[in-house]
Amino acid sequence: MIAVDGLTKSYGTATVVDGVSLTLPDAGVTSIIGPNGAGKSTLLSMVSRILGPDAGTASVDGVDVFSASGREVAKRLSVLRQDTHMTARITVRELVEFGRFPHSGGRLTPDCRASVTSALSYCDLDHLAHRGLHELSGGQRQRAFVAMVLAQDTRYVLLDEPLNNLDMAHATGVMRLLRRLADERDKSIVLVLHDINYASAHSDRIIAMRDGAVVADGAPAEVITPEALEDVYGMPFTVHRLGDDLVASYFR
Amino acid sequence: MILSSPTRTTAATVAPWVAVAAVVVLAALSLAVGVADVSLAQLFTDPDGQTLLLLSRWPRTAALVLAGAALAISGLIMQQLTRNRFVAPSTAGTVDAATLGVLVSLILFASAPVMGKVLISTAFALAGTAVFVILIQRVQFKDVVFVPLMGLLLGGVYRAIAEFFAYRENLTQSLGTWMNGDFSGVIQGRYETLWLAGAAAVVAYAFAHQFAAAGMGRDFATGIGVNVRRVTAIGLSIASFTTAVVVVTVGAIPFLGLIVPNLVTMAIGDNLRRALPVTALAGAALTLGCDTLARVLILPYEIPVGSIVGVLGAVVFAALVLRKGNRYVTA
Amino acid sequence: MSPHELTLEGTEAGKAPTRPGRSVGLVRRALPSTRTARVIASLSVLVVASLTVFLTWGVDGHWDYALPRRAEQAIALIVVGAAIAVSTVVFQTLTHNRILTPSIMGFDALYTLFATTLVFFLGANSVETMDPWIMFSSTTVLLLAGATTLYRWMIGDGSRGLYTLVLMGVIAGTLFGSIQSFMVRIMDPNEYDSLLDQLLPSFGALETDVLALAAVVMIAGVAVAFRFARTLDVLGLGRERAITLGVDYRRAVTWLLMLVAVLVAVATALVGPVTFLGLLVANLAYQVTRMHRHVITLTASILVAAVALVLGQALLQHVLHFNATLGSIINLVGGVYFIVLILKESRA
Repeated sequence: MIAVDGLTKSYGTATVVDGVSLTLPDAGVTSIIGPNGAGKSTLLSMVSRILGPDAGTASVDGVDVFSASGREVAKRLSVLRQDTHMTARITVRELVEFGRFPHSGGRLTPDCRASVTSALSYCDLDHLAHRGLHELSGGQRQRAFVAMVLAQDTRYVLLDEPLNNLDMAHATGVMRLLRRLADERDKSIVLVLHDINYASAHSDRIIAMRDGAVVADGAPAEVITPEALEDVYGMPFTVHRLGDDLVASYFR
Repeated sequence: MILSSPTRTTAATVAPWVAVAAVVVLAALSLAVGVADVSLAQLFTDPDGQTLLLLSRWPRTAALVLAGAALAISGLIMQQLTRNRFVAPSTAGTVDAATLGVLVSLILFASAPVMGKVLISTAFALAGTAVFVILIQRVQFKDVVFVPLMGLLLGGVYRAIAEFFAYRENLTQSLGTWMNGDFSGVIQGRYETLWLAGAAAVVAYAFAHQFAAAGMGRDFATGIGVNVRRVTAIGLSIASFTTAVVVVTVGAIPFLGLIVPNLVTMAIGDNLRRALPVTALAGAALTLGCDTLARVLILPYEIPVGSIVGVLGAVVFAALVLRKGNRYVTA
Repeated sequence: MSPHELTLEGTEAGKAPTRPGRSVGLVRRALPSTRTARVIASLSVLVVASLTVFLTWGVDGHWDYALPRRAEQAIALIVVGAAIAVSTVVFQTLTHNRILTPSIMGFDALYTLFATTLVFFLGANSVETMDPWIMFSSTTVLLLAGATTLYRWMIGDGSRGLYTLVLMGVIAGTLFGSIQSFMVRIMDPNEYDSLLDQLLPSFGALETDVLALAAVVMIAGVAVAFRFARTLDVLGLGRERAITLGVDYRRAVTWLLMLVAVLVAVATALVGPVTFLGLLVANLAYQVTRMHRHVITLTASILVAAVALVLGQALLQHVLHFNATLGSIINLVGGVYFIVLILKESRA
């Protein structure tokens, strides 16, 4: 369980995340949605240790994120950032091997190699393993970073807008991969999403934020409602049931 | 370019008078200060005082005014033409190229008269600056501070070349004196070349409108009938010549051409015709002030004025770069 | 001079293995290490060859006189080379940029300034009698404190643009230089000029008084760098990724910057400032190894630096007959190389 208590971050007079407290489950897919500037990514960055909070605490399975050693946290919690740009010229396999750093300190054990290989094939990257990262397409590169996170083998995986700049086919591919991870490998996937319909289709739970605070939290059926969405985004929605999915429409 | 705020307009009207007053006061101070114990009045009345005045005090004060004004104006012109606030003789390789030129003239034509050295040095300064301008035009800029960075490092390369030859010819010490302005050797007969730099400054004033137009961008300038290429060539020639004269006679004064125009235009706005004379006066005042300080700090010895301006200039330069919200036109 | 030969050597070693193995996965996986091993081996051979040339060229009979002197010089050059190479590679990884060196950022100017400051406050007499070891250690300690504070502030949270950062470094370097010459003048101008010449060494006059201490410090520093090699690999991925992979970022950066400061102090104490050497050797090392792994790049950069300095000094003595300093030649070659690099970077 990830426990967040009273996390706050301000820049000057603007409070971006305002005393957020919540718990994230140790399994399933949890999506965080909300308009631009709601504080979603900032919240995720603080839990990821990339950004120091002004106040509040966060812990992963009882390990305090801000005071424990980096390694200990990194064994429990992995993070996939939005930016997949990379200056270092490395191959896909080398990137995925970095995922083992928290466990091995960079000296790969046979176990490490096995988990790297399995992560590569899980993400369907075997044939690209020796390619340079810079030679890949956006979708392939995103998968390579997912594979790295997979090799890190943590219970919790945080992803910040993993669908950015991906076309529909690649976006759906990544979402299916994450869903499979949660179902087959029993991981807890927490991701920030802009597309509420992807959130609706793939999540077990949706957290909606606005103005630095959580305004709705529950199963998709509870959050993907015209009332809740209008409250979050400040615009009218209609919600349709298509098969198993709830689809929000907001285009006109 | 926008002069709407009232404080700026006030500053713009007051600034020239403040600058004139500062130059007069500091020049008087500069005349009065020296190793010989002579009062300002004695300089003009006492016969010995008059000799001292003519031989040493007046030449030094005049040299300070001329060098300071000319370098400041060179900086202002270069900033207009490259459309970058951080370009000046010391950040565009001009000083280092001029120094290399003096060195070459000394090695190849040891007996050349001062004017010969100035011309060779000017040629080098012009070529070195041209390389800089061509380089920065070929690069797509994302960052306005990249331009002076490139210039400083290009200058480093010129300096490396100069050091290489200076070492072979045992001229390393001379190299140091050209790089670091020092007016202690200025007496009658050894500074007059600087008047040429003063003349160049007057020529620059005549071209002020064209420089300003070129500074608005190629399309704009061409639209109102200004030949940018020609104007740029003229401007850079003036700046190179001025730098060469100063380097040959008293040595470079680091960052002077950078900080003075920036501080002046911050106070009174970018109108070039108005900024030019104030920049010249402010450059003269700063040089006079720093030199007087250089003479009194460790009496009876002197510190080269270049060291003092160097410290001051680096600090102001850094502050200008770090200044919050500074948005400059990218070339 | 030597860098050209190095590049040739490197590409030659590199060409051979790239031709086969486009299809077979097993062969391909073996490739990088084979290639790397060849590169390192070639470089090592070059180091030995350069050392042989340096130690034996033009010794006519006076071996007992020449050899110890030359050996001492060679050791000094290698200590300097290793210190500059490692400090540059580490610094470039921390700043994620291949055109930065601690020297361009004013580290060695700061060292010189501190050395002068010590003289300034302690007075001329005490310096003449002062043990060079004490001088070296106290200046190094000052540099440690100064450089880490200053450059941590400058690198900051990464919000300042890279070029702003470099420019600030260059300005800081000139500022330290100006303050230093200012102080030299404020002190008794007659005495201190010559004193400082002795204090601030150059390639022409290697300062070997502190060689033993410098060598020990260098070896310790390089050992620390190698211990951190894997962390450096991760830091090369960027701050955020390093943090999420479990690196204690602030602590690691602080330690590594201190390491850089110590190594710069070692090099500066022996030969004075050399602005562009680190840039040259680090980038040559990246080019010949084509690797991101620091165990390899650090090793290669040390070897490249050793060849450049030892062979360069030998050529200087016997071909150019001492008519230039190695420092000035390196600055010349490195400076031009820098311009080329910066042009390449700004177009990309």
